[in-house]
Amino acid sequence: MAHSVIPVTARWPSAAAAALVLLLTLGTLGAVAWRAEWGSGLAPADWAAIRFTIVQALLSAGISVVLAIPVARALARRRFLGRQLLITLLGAPFLLPVIVAVLGLLAVFGRGGILNNGLLALGFEPISIFGMHGVILAHVFFNLPLAIRFILQGWLSIPAERFRLAATLNAPVGRLLEWPMLRAVVPNTFLVIFLICLTSFAVALTMGGGPRATTVELAIYQALRFDFDLGRAALLACVQFALCVGAAFLAWRATANDPMGAGLDRVVQRYDLGRAPVDHALIFLAAAFLLVPLAMIILRGLPGIADLPDTIWAAALRSVLVATGSALLCVSMSLALALRGGALVAVIGVLPLAASGLVVGTGAFLLLFPFVRPADMALVVTMLVNATLALPFALRSIAPAVAQVNADYGRLGASLDLKGWTWVRLIVLPRVRRPLGFAAGLAAALSMGDLGVIALFAGQAEETLPLAMYRLMGAYRMDAAASAALLLLGLSLLMFWICDRGGRADADL
Amino acid sequence: MLTCEGLVLRQGDFSLEADVLFPDGKITALIGPSGAGKSTLLAAIAGFLQPADGKVRWQGQDLTMAAPGARTISMLFQDNNLFPHLTAAQNVGLGLRPNLKLSDAEETAVIAALANVGLDGFGTRKPSALSGGQQSRVALARLLVSDRAVVLLDEPFAALGPALKDEMLDLVKSKLGAAGKTVVMVTHDPSDARRIADFAVLVADGLVTTPVQTDVLLDNPPPALAAYLG
Repeated sequence: MAHSVIPVTARWPSAAAAALVLLLTLGTLGAVAWRAEWGSGLAPADWAAIRFTIVQALLSAGISVVLAIPVARALARRRFLGRQLLITLLGAPFLLPVIVAVLGLLAVFGRGGILNNGLLALGFEPISIFGMHGVILAHVFFNLPLAIRFILQGWLSIPAERFRLAATLNAPVGRLLEWPMLRAVVPNTFLVIFLICLTSFAVALTMGGGPRATTVELAIYQALRFDFDLGRAALLACVQFALCVGAAFLAWRATANDPMGAGLDRVVQRYDLGRAPVDHALIFLAAAFLLVPLAMIILRGLPGIADLPDTIWAAALRSVLVATGSALLCVSMSLALALRGGALVAVIGVLPLAASGLVVGTGAFLLLFPFVRPADMALVVTMLVNATLALPFALRSIAPAVAQVNADYGRLGASLDLKGWTWVRLIVLPRVRRPLGFAAGLAAALSMGDLGVIALFAGQAEETLPLAMYRLMGAYRMDAAASAALLLLGLSLLMFWICDRGGRADADL
Repeated sequence: MLTCEGLVLRQGDFSLEADVLFPDGKITALIGPSGAGKSTLLAAIAGFLQPADGKVRWQGQDLTMAAPGARTISMLFQDNNLFPHLTAAQNVGLGLRPNLKLSDAEETAVIAALANVGLDGFGTRKPSALSGGQQSRVALARLLVSDRAVVLLDEPFAALGPALKDEMLDLVKSKLGAAGKTVVMVTHDPSDARRIADFAVLVADGLVTTPVQTDVLLDNPPPALAAYLG
């Protein structure tokens, strides 16, 4: 028996966390597989949904990456005022509620939006944003920043000395340095975005719809919510799971990159600079594409925010409660798993990446439906699912910090007989406060903006703010929806800020 | 009495045998070339490394299977001996109560221990607000408040300048000696051993010699030590 060189902590918290993750991922999948109507097979409409899901994800990922390459290159070699701020903002869409962004995009590209008003003024026909191109537009809006950050990281990982050497040799930088880097980075970036677009539900719900623009996730939702066809919903959930596992496997094999990575503040000295106006124009266009829709939300939403009906405020309160619970649960589970460590924990930490909210939700629905009214459990289930789906991101932030504490202070703690809760309370928690706060903020913001499981379960009385906002949009009350969007955006960012700030405030490390 | 009985340590190709009896209340230095296994022996005594064979005993009681924190042994490492987010007094208090729930008498003992190492009134400071020497003093104060009779020093002052290191070694001699602690210290510098160690042990070629008086060992070095001293 070898002694552990790190203080011993209780096993049950990590076991409980692992059990919950397994129940919500594999357990719900089991329920779905058991309930699926395998005999009937897939209808032509289902095949169309599968085709659409894959095609829109391929196109979204492709367009995002192709647009991101020149912008990342411009950011990598230009220094300008606000560069760091812009790069930070590129990380923000991760926290941005999907439904808020969709409303912002509608304000620019939708009927009566800036673009169509311009077209009309010039005597052209207005264009419709709904359908395949709308879905892709929204996906590019969300994933272009991610792609830029990924590829920018690739650019900045090329050592400055290489550029110097290339300059002295008068060698083509593009072929010698940039092309090999892009060949390594771009496929990974493409796969990650492809995976994200495969599982995106809220975008398809708002921008798609109809037989020509229905994703598998949307088909699950419709089967469950409108047709109450549990067997077909379950079958589609199995299809969606297979799609996600396939893409996640590809992405996992291809990627070791960290989208939250720091160190993007460097500008590499370059010797092949020309065409500064082109670079600046690219940066300006990308920034405008990302910022104008958000500015529209603020412009349209601000006037009506005081007049929001009470139901919206009640929904906001529900959302804050769900997000708080989800953040607490997510961070507790992550901490418990990180303290345990080991390969099994690592597997449990990535399992939720292959799960989609709608599949988990359908499984939970099937498990609960015989016993309780699903609407009664809507908020609890939403909280549990949100916490589980945010777990991989939280764990990625917390686990390395806990490992560092063990490496630095494990022996000292063991020799001082620190163990169990005392070790966690006195040493681990204070030392991992920053990543803990960041993870809590992330989990809270993700939960705050989630429009997935809740749409499956909730009735009028359980609606969260994103769902309430979606219903306002459905009723064409666009100004009220914009105000609700502004509220949702503000609350999401506020919750993230409070948690992140709480982790940083006088944390002396 | 701290003893290693037929202790065999293995790590990959490396192996070390130790049959040693460390004199009570004295300072014993482990001398030898780097990589000889001085720190490994200390880790085994502290309980961080399970021996392949043999026993570690304190006053005849077998410690070999005990967890590090359950042994009557405290240890200072090469670095990270203080928790940066805790105050000096809290760091010292950990030597009395791992959960930091101190009685009034224990609080007083902490303040007295800090004063004893020359840090009167420094209790509320955090390590970042202390100099390297002061940080070492806080760690020493923690050894003093603890009732653990054995102290293992794995070159905790190596990062300090020569004058400061000598100052800390003298403090080890005067304070830990006065407290009656049995001290085992690793050093690669024979002058450190001459300065404070009553006894010295040579760790070389996979073997640990019996403790002899430091001057005797260093004045008539066996071949392995002579080769190391140059």
